[in-house]
Amino acid sequence: MKEKPLKLKILDWVTILLFLLATAMVFFYAPMERVMGAVQKVFYFHVAAGWVGMLSFFFAAVAGIIYLVKKDEKWDLIGYSAIEIGIVFTLINVVTGAIWARPIWNAWWTWDPRLTTATIMELVYFAYLMLRQGIDDPERRQRFGAVYAIVGFLSVPLTFFSIRIFRTIHPVVIGGNDPTAVGAFDMTPLMLQTLLFSILVFSVLFIDLMWHRIRLGQYMNRVDELKMRLQD
Amino acid sequence: MQAKTSFIKALSAVIWKDLMTELRSKELISGMLVFSLLVIFIFNFSLEMDARTRNSVTAGVIWVTLIFAGTIGLNRSMAVEKDRGCLDGLLLAPVDRTAIYFGKSIANLIFMLIVAAIILPVYSLLYNNNVISLGLILVILLGSEGYVAVGTLLSSMAVQARTRDILLPILLFPVIIPILIAAVKASNGFLNGVPFNELMTWIYLLIAYDVIFTSVAFMVFDAIVEE
Amino acid sequence: MSAIIEVHNLIKRYGHKPVLKKLDFSANQGEFVALLGPNGAGKTTFLRILSTLAKPNFGSVTISGFQLPNQSAHIRQRLGVVSHQPLLYGDLSAEENLKFFSRLYGLHPAKDRIAEILKLIGLEKRKFDLVRTYSRGMQQRLAIGRAILHDPEVLLLDEPHTGLDQDASNILDGILNQVAMRGRTVVMTSHDLGRVANLASRFDVLTRGFIQASINIKDLPKHGLLEYYQDVLANSDEKVKAHAS
Repeated sequence: MKEKPLKLKILDWVTILLFLLATAMVFFYAPMERVMGAVQKVFYFHVAAGWVGMLSFFFAAVAGIIYLVKKDEKWDLIGYSAIEIGIVFTLINVVTGAIWARPIWNAWWTWDPRLTTATIMELVYFAYLMLRQGIDDPERRQRFGAVYAIVGFLSVPLTFFSIRIFRTIHPVVIGGNDPTAVGAFDMTPLMLQTLLFSILVFSVLFIDLMWHRIRLGQYMNRVDELKMRLQD
Repeated sequence: MQAKTSFIKALSAVIWKDLMTELRSKELISGMLVFSLLVIFIFNFSLEMDARTRNSVTAGVIWVTLIFAGTIGLNRSMAVEKDRGCLDGLLLAPVDRTAIYFGKSIANLIFMLIVAAIILPVYSLLYNNNVISLGLILVILLGSEGYVAVGTLLSSMAVQARTRDILLPILLFPVIIPILIAAVKASNGFLNGVPFNELMTWIYLLIAYDVIFTSVAFMVFDAIVEE
Repeated sequence: MSAIIEVHNLIKRYGHKPVLKKLDFSANQGEFVALLGPNGAGKTTFLRILSTLAKPNFGSVTISGFQLPNQSAHIRQRLGVVSHQPLLYGDLSAEENLKFFSRLYGLHPAKDRIAEILKLIGLEKRKFDLVRTYSRGMQQRLAIGRAILHDPEVLLLDEPHTGLDQDASNILDGILNQVAMRGRTVVMTSHDLGRVANLASRFDVLTRGFIQASINIKDLPKHGLLEYYQDVLANSDEKVKAHAS
């Protein structure tokens, strides 16, 4: 077994430091939002987590295309890892969204286009996991996973688009409030800097996690191979 | 000697075979129909469908019915191919894989439209209120096409999985939500007498979704059947 | 004699599990090759690769001068396959099944050919009955009829005798003999050594991922197929070592 490469060790520490710095920025650097108060602080990591979620699923779809062309299982591992990470971050995104929504919109859940799309997206990738679970032949599992990662990712913007138009054509919906109106605020430069920095930090976190997950996958493959050799 | 049987010949052979099989067994359409009627009846009692509620929910009820019945049809249509190893039989023939995909899709679309053609009059009859209009027919045509394009692709994956009984709706529903939204909104408009040009957005959207989903399915189908 | 099937250095893995390991194989025109071997040796996988249904990870496969996988359409045109499933539609009659497959192979209209096939497999009288009402033996006969519909140069059969009783097997053998006599190349896997001994002209033993031995019927000692087969299996450890090096 190979030891953890030095570069990865460095990246781990850089990620941790950056993360601490981002947390500090959220609490001490960015100013308190006047109307919403402290709960608005969730916004920075909320957006950053959503960003990483989208990024992961995008990577997975691209990895899916490359897998189908090259049939190299390396790309399956990359795609699968990205989706696992994406699911976690999308979940963080949805949960922080709900935490924000509770005091601002007075409900844990609103049928806001973004929140709804994020949740449907999460369901697409739960379905992806179930698909993989249901197939025993590894090669077929990889192929089908790649296909579904592509089709699923394609449907995400279409879903968002549909829900968006759905709202604009019918502005008066049950529950009344237009979600973009309540809870909207003007960002000060300090807020914007904090947000951009959070997004950067989460992107670094994503790379770090991907690296770990791919290494884990490679070890799993290695174990499989050794088992097969024992059987022979 | 030509290497491949021509696309049109292979396509029409697959459609002919599916229609012929269905003509014999009538399992697929009768299953879909009985199921559709049950869904409508269940909706009737669970939603207390008086005249006012009906106005707002009819489009939803029709589409939910079609989509649920559609999964039954799609599952059955692919199970037939898996039963006696027929899918391998199709793949052994010197034909384009896409001819098989389009053949199955068109046959599935025909089944869905037959079911729609029966349940719409029945719905009108049950509620003594004609829901059928040219606009609605157009929406059903477009919506079903997109649904079947994705459904045929995903059902050919689901049928090869160990968990094939439960997998299709789980894979299919989250992906076809954009189509469903557009179809329900457009149908709702036509049912409530909204003029055609105000609904064009949804119609265009449906056409765009159909084109996108059909072309992607067409591109990746090979990957599902080739080992 | 020219080789009609040429397989060189074929490797196939399922995930990390190697199934075929540098397999070499060739068959000449008119040969009837029986592929013998224990369960899980890779016989079915090998036939699936030959029949273009599975892709090899490595190695070359040539059939009738066409290369896999790039020219698979040409190969499919020249290939008939009988798998352990019948590959038939239960809700269609025998005639309709043949009609459908004749259309897929671009033979349509093929009335005479279908009639000829139905006669050969002895299902003329029941050609209008649905296939799901057929016995296993009749389905298997029709499966062969489907496979030879387009008069393929190569016929691949995977355990065609499985689940058949004595009579049905005899009828099947009769049909296979007729096909073989027309100079077609046949590759068949089987467990039933007794049955295979009367059909094949060559016996290959596929075990542990490659062909370990091959013998012509002329060179087989009397009553020797079973002994020969067991002998090969007993010595397989050495062969594996030699093959790996």
